[in-house]
Amino acid sequence: MQNVIEFISQPWPWYVAGPIISLIMFSLLLMGNSFGISANLRTMCSIIGAGKSCEFFDFNWKSQMWNLVFAGGLVIGGVIAHLYLSPGSEVALSEETIKELQAYGIENPGASLVPIELFSWESLFTLKGFVILVLGGFLIGFGTRYAGGCTSGHAISGLSDLQLPSLIAVIGFFIGGLFVTYLVLPYLLTL
Amino acid sequence: MKFLKYLLIGAIFGITLAKAEIISWFRIYEMFRFQSFHMYGVIGSAIVLGILFIQVIKRTKMKSIDGEPIVINPKQMSIPRYLYGGIIFGLGWALTGACPGPMFILLGNGFGVILVVILSALLGTYVYGRLRNKLPH
Repeated sequence: MQNVIEFISQPWPWYVAGPIISLIMFSLLLMGNSFGISANLRTMCSIIGAGKSCEFFDFNWKSQMWNLVFAGGLVIGGVIAHLYLSPGSEVALSEETIKELQAYGIENPGASLVPIELFSWESLFTLKGFVILVLGGFLIGFGTRYAGGCTSGHAISGLSDLQLPSLIAVIGFFIGGLFVTYLVLPYLLTL
Repeated sequence: MKFLKYLLIGAIFGITLAKAEIISWFRIYEMFRFQSFHMYGVIGSAIVLGILFIQVIKRTKMKSIDGEPIVINPKQMSIPRYLYGGIIFGLGWALTGACPGPMFILLGNGFGVILVVILSALLGTYVYGRLRNKLPH
């Protein structure tokens, strides 16, 4: 058992993670549901009463209960990976990435899952921290609902079903992502 | 009890995305800079196998565990909705290095400040709901 835990505690390669992700999509379909995580954000808005002021949130959120439980499972999975399956949390980034981010002032790129200097409560009160955490989060919520899905709903589920709308959405993800990575982050990170 | 299976599947998904470092801001940066194959391998292999699964479901007219036919509704065709919505999400994805799944997994990994990202995403979703009728779809 100890050996098994040690084995799965190493970082998982892409050819393990990718197939597991499609198996998750497949099992949700077998259970009569569909794989799409951002829908939970709409459900949560509905639960906290957004349906009173906006009809978009006025729906029977109980039908989405399974998806909220799924999201709860995500948090638990994160806890398990963090407490029991992570002897170290270094991310083996490419040399280029490390050099580039160091030049932008990130101290130890890959030393933990996320850059600690950006993902801290102190950072929230700096301009770059605010833009990354607050504006970034806002754009995720707005954009996923506008596009009707996120990486799970469009990139995985939609493309697996060869749906053109999902391809357009994924092209959009990349336009937005490349714009920020090439034209915004170099300035934002060095602020 | 009927929800327990979703909790389990969610936990497996959470562990997978954490252990394959898909929840890492660094990995998303690296992906958008085309400096590593990792993320493309993850998403690409998930899609290739996903296409296979969905073809099997459709061709064998597979039923769900409740005995209902599995229907995958085609998304309604539109360009502005998916393109503009997709671009806006892409901006947020590259900034935070997280899409909606990883936000919850990072919370479990003990990065408490991610709660701010989740709350901001809820606000973004709400504002979209309010503006929805005025936006091109």
